[in-house]
Amino acid sequence: MSVQNSFEVVRSSAQVWGSGSSLRSLPAVSKLVDTSTCIGCKACEVACQEWNDLQVVSTEQRGTYQTMPTLDPSFWNLIRFDEHEVDGGIKWLMRKDQCMHCADPGCLEACPAPGALVQYANGIVDVNPAQCIGCGYCATGCPFDVPRFSAKTGKMSKCTLCVDRVAVGLEPACIKSCPTGCLHFGTKEEMVALGNQRVSQLKAQGYAQAALYDPQGVGGTGVVTVLAFGDHPEWYGALPRAPRVPMAVTLWKKWLRPIGFLAIFGAIVGAFGHHLYHGNKGHLDPGPVGPDEKG
Amino acid sequence: MTNGWVDIKNADVILCMGGNPAENHPCGFKWAIEAKKTRNAKIVVVDPRLTRTGAVADLYSPIRVGTDIAYLLGIIRYAIDQKRFHEDYVKIHTNAPYIVGEKFGFQDGLFTGFDEAKHTYDKTAWGYEANPKTKTYSVDPTLEDPRCVFQLLKKHVDRYTPEMVERICGTPKDTFLKVAEAVTSTGNAQRVGTIMYALGWTQHSVGVQMIRTAAMLQLLLGNVGRPGGGVNALRGHSNIQGATDTAGVFDVLPGYLKTPPAGAQTLKEYLEGATPATLGKQAWPSMNYWQNYPKFMASLLKGLYGKAATKENEFGYSWLPKIDGNYSWMYIFDDMYRGSSMRAGGKEPGPEGLMTFGMNPVGIGPNVKKMIGAHSKLKWLVVVENHEIETAAFWKAPQEYGGADPSKIQTEVFLLPASNFAEKDGSFTNSARWIQWKWKALDPPGQAKVDQEILARIFLAVRDLYRKEGGAFPEAIANVSWAYTNPAVPDLSEILKELNGKALADIPDPKDKTKVLKAAGQQLDGFAQLQDDGTTMCGNWLMSGAFTEAGNMTQRRNNADPTGLGMFHQWSFSWPANRRVMYNRASADKDGNPWDATRVGIKWNGEKWVGDVPDMKPDAPPGTFGAFIMLPEGVGRLFAPVLNDGPFPEHYEALEPACDNVLHPKVTSNPAVAKFKSDLDVYGARDKFPIICTTYRVTEMYHYWTQHLPRLNMLQPGQFVEIPEELAKEKGIVNGAKVKVTSARGSLEGVAMVTKRLKPAHADGKAIWQIGFPLHWGFTGEKGHQGTLANMLTPTAVDPNTWTPEYKSFLVTLEKA
Repeated sequence: MSVQNSFEVVRSSAQVWGSGSSLRSLPAVSKLVDTSTCIGCKACEVACQEWNDLQVVSTEQRGTYQTMPTLDPSFWNLIRFDEHEVDGGIKWLMRKDQCMHCADPGCLEACPAPGALVQYANGIVDVNPAQCIGCGYCATGCPFDVPRFSAKTGKMSKCTLCVDRVAVGLEPACIKSCPTGCLHFGTKEEMVALGNQRVSQLKAQGYAQAALYDPQGVGGTGVVTVLAFGDHPEWYGALPRAPRVPMAVTLWKKWLRPIGFLAIFGAIVGAFGHHLYHGNKGHLDPGPVGPDEKG
Repeated sequence: MTNGWVDIKNADVILCMGGNPAENHPCGFKWAIEAKKTRNAKIVVVDPRLTRTGAVADLYSPIRVGTDIAYLLGIIRYAIDQKRFHEDYVKIHTNAPYIVGEKFGFQDGLFTGFDEAKHTYDKTAWGYEANPKTKTYSVDPTLEDPRCVFQLLKKHVDRYTPEMVERICGTPKDTFLKVAEAVTSTGNAQRVGTIMYALGWTQHSVGVQMIRTAAMLQLLLGNVGRPGGGVNALRGHSNIQGATDTAGVFDVLPGYLKTPPAGAQTLKEYLEGATPATLGKQAWPSMNYWQNYPKFMASLLKGLYGKAATKENEFGYSWLPKIDGNYSWMYIFDDMYRGSSMRAGGKEPGPEGLMTFGMNPVGIGPNVKKMIGAHSKLKWLVVVENHEIETAAFWKAPQEYGGADPSKIQTEVFLLPASNFAEKDGSFTNSARWIQWKWKALDPPGQAKVDQEILARIFLAVRDLYRKEGGAFPEAIANVSWAYTNPAVPDLSEILKELNGKALADIPDPKDKTKVLKAAGQQLDGFAQLQDDGTTMCGNWLMSGAFTEAGNMTQRRNNADPTGLGMFHQWSFSWPANRRVMYNRASADKDGNPWDATRVGIKWNGEKWVGDVPDMKPDAPPGTFGAFIMLPEGVGRLFAPVLNDGPFPEHYEALEPACDNVLHPKVTSNPAVAKFKSDLDVYGARDKFPIICTTYRVTEMYHYWTQHLPRLNMLQPGQFVEIPEELAKEKGIVNGAKVKVTSARGSLEGVAMVTKRLKPAHADGKAIWQIGFPLHWGFTGEKGHQGTLANMLTPTAVDPNTWTPEYKSFLVTLEKA
């Protein structure tokens, strides 16, 4: 959330009830990553860093074309390179690793800081550094291992889907920079249609297992990916086969936390009743303390 | 490129060989992806290493480094053998029917006419057979005469069976056959294929012949001149095409006119030698466009010397430098190193000063130790650059480079800060021959100046000295025309106007002499208006049309595309004559109908040629002239009796061969290549250096320049060596460990990148290891991102036609560092 934008927030972290009025409905947006036409040029890596004013990260040659082992607080878009032997031939697979902008974002579910993670009406999942308390819970909620803690700022950071560009009608910086057109941006519906079209073409060309990666375990993603070897998402920079928001997070968010709130509420009501009956003789019972209040 | 970047989208088959377009030309490669997506085009990649181009290929074939000629001749054999070539095209658009003279022959790896002592051929032994009665050349339209080009080609390639391709190239026979089938699927009227290549072909001791083989294959398949076809050289720098077009090398003047040889002391003698005679009767009459040579030359001389150039003094021809030998850069640095000129009988001293603009000879020259030794002999050196590059810092090169102690080096080095491409106006000529104007984005920092100001100020100072002090031969400098509004900082649009040319006197209309075609002082419309009598001037005939009376055509940005083929005739200006596909009339049959009605490059509509810009009068009917107007035959050459190393390509191993030539073990390497003989020109033998090594570039870096830029260093932080898994296992090398690669000339350390993408090669059934590394790092650059110059290891071995060094194949050892 580097600049103010006019998108309505439909979901916000650490709020039991959604904050959106849902008065203005917006179509969900999505990127399409066609790995079968990605040439691993890393123009998207540079565009992401430059548009978002991210600092150069110190790297060293480790025996790979991949820029760094994993995402970094200052590096939100990483092309992962993998070599696989398929039917006696070699396949060099490249996949754009970044925040997937899940429809059901585990990061947001896990986040205990009110408003630190938000989901806009168009599906973009964004961090609000002003509210972020740097606890790292979002990372535990993410099935794609995306959010990164910056020791320098004390905040979490990740791809914003260039919400500041999207808000003024521009495509994200990575899409703009892609020379082969393997990256597209549009409504989720359009991107799924375009992705499926490429999948059919790949199937006709002999990639029988080609598929569009849009995992339903997280409600679908705002980054859909064409995979020639759709039966092996793990070949593409360890894409999880069936990602879900971790059980602990769901449990916490859906059940324990509301119970906690109810408990707080109950305690307040109880305390108020106590006060009514017994007067102001002592301090209020704070009630049960949830994990979010600790940090 | 015969065609252009956008045109790649029109291809059915895209053969990427001798190049790595996805990595080194990623923006242009979008058109290959476009063809793949929109017309299910097949991308075929033949490369020793599975590169990022190979990653998106439909068909990938490994090949042993440097054996591309054998591979391509194998495809040619397959096309002829399986009748998968475009016979109608071959009959009317190539020299296949020409009868070759009886002196031509080929045996045991040598063509006739070879002089063993000089390593040269007498090319007259390869001439066409003259018919004494008609004083023309003989042809056999049936292609059956045993001495016609087609039959000679068939015989020459007969040895390159799929089995032989496997023996030489190490490519499994079935993989080769799949590639041959895909490529020759375009040998007909309905389909078309393109070839994309770059320095992976150019930089071999047989580089020109590799490209020749590709051209022959495309002629045989009928793919030259057609949309989606052609032989497409991918230029690596934004304006390298422009540099080449404007006298980039010693033996050409602007527009590929020839540098006068020392023997041609008068313009008349020179023009007689340089202007080709039209060959007589052939399938189609020949236009032989080079017969206009005297017009181009007279106009160039008028451009160079202005009013001082008169008919009486042969337009100042005598002031032009003449060459008495090979002045290509390898020979210049060889002279510099040895301190004496090989020419003039070795009596002249070597060069004592050097100016380099946008070039880093210490980095890019092969055998860096020799390059540093050469620079140490200079009295002065001027480097015009953005950074302190290796050439400017040669005197403080680390010890491993073998240079002298800095205190012993007397060279005075001037490093002049230059503006970069974004800090000046001007034009880029891209691979597609589009001359595109670009505008300055920001001012140069500090005291940096644009190149033309640096050049102009030096020129003006030197001219003043000649004017004041006279000296030897002052005319050559004193008479140069320098009529710019600001002589110290010539405006590049004024330069472009000069390159385009203008009328110096009223030019009468040839159709109606009472009318004036161009009035004195007017910009010309194109090179067809050039005159040989001094009434026009033109700095580069090929660029004529780029800045006319209508304005700067290179600034045009209209993306209208009436052909639908991506020709964009109103976008910038494409030389020659704004033509987008060269030899475009070969895209049509003898009646002017396109071979493929869905991809009409140009066609005769009964009255005129429509589509792309025709290369003859638009209303001249089909059959007026052959489609290959720049050749005296008027047709494409399957047999080229003009190259220095043979009229047909032949497989030769590198100058440092990893094995014997299985076809002719007595002639293993290119016989027309002479080795250099200085004490530092050492060549490795395969018993001591058994591994083949090659060099290349990566997407993230730009030559020897971007190692100064932190963000790009982040993407590719330093030198690595790609090693096949099997070799790494044998040597106990793990991924990420430090390794050392050593050739007969020097060694380099890098991080091991152990990969499946590079397999052991095979020669005659025996496994040979091949490894490779990129060339972007040197002893200057951002701290922490420096490395040994890749060319520490490469040999001074050159192609005998272009004198381009063989960077792509040499022998090494590999060990843990």
